[in-house]
Amino acid sequence: MPLPVLADEAIELSATVEDWRAAVTLAGLVLVRSGAATPDYAHEMIRMIEEHGPYVVIAPGLALAHARPGPEVLADGLAIVTLAEPVNFGHPHNDPVSVVLALAIKTADSHLAAVADLANVFNDSNAIQALAAATSVAEVQAIMGGDS
Amino acid sequence: MKIVAICGAGIGSSGILKVNAERVLKKLDIEAEVTAVHLDSLEMANDAQVILTSAEFVERIGKTFADVIVIENFFDTNELTTKLEASLG
Repeated sequence: MPLPVLADEAIELSATVEDWRAAVTLAGLVLVRSGAATPDYAHEMIRMIEEHGPYVVIAPGLALAHARPGPEVLADGLAIVTLAEPVNFGHPHNDPVSVVLALAIKTADSHLAAVADLANVFNDSNAIQALAAATSVAEVQAIMGGDS
Repeated sequence: MKIVAICGAGIGSSGILKVNAERVLKKLDIEAEVTAVHLDSLEMANDAQVILTSAEFVERIGKTFADVIVIENFFDTNELTTKLEASLG
């Protein structure tokens, strides 16, 4: 699955959340809104973090929330939530987080193309800050690129 | 040379490590097979020379003959380059 252009409904800007759980819950809701997952997927993403720690904070300011492929995933999809005020996940190096990505993948085999595209976007070290500062959905779509 | 990238789900973060490690290895002109695996398939790492992961999983990975490399910023190919060079060079 090469990364398609992110749909408007897959993006939520300047959200106000209390803590990391609320941030991941919201990212899960955005996946539901865009048709990629059922509401239970948010619980799965939170469970992964409770079980394994804040490893999803894979770069300064950025969390890549995800769970394993399962019945909660309806379609491959990515959601982006930016936070008005960053929250801590408890990561030793990469807190606080201002951009939360949520990734839903139907089968493990299909995810590498999408992930390669994510690497293309975020290997540019300015991308996270640019996303955090974005004030319009169009800006986010421009940063994320993808096939148009 | 076999390298595995390990994360909790075997998708997402370990996939990003795999993609970026392959890019760095190509630049370093090192031939290696990089596989993304999740914690429940650790046996896939048995014959790996190098394990790439985040700090949270080092304990779960436990004793291994592989060189365990902890990555902080999965998108920082400079960090990956430095650490892979130190391990393989």
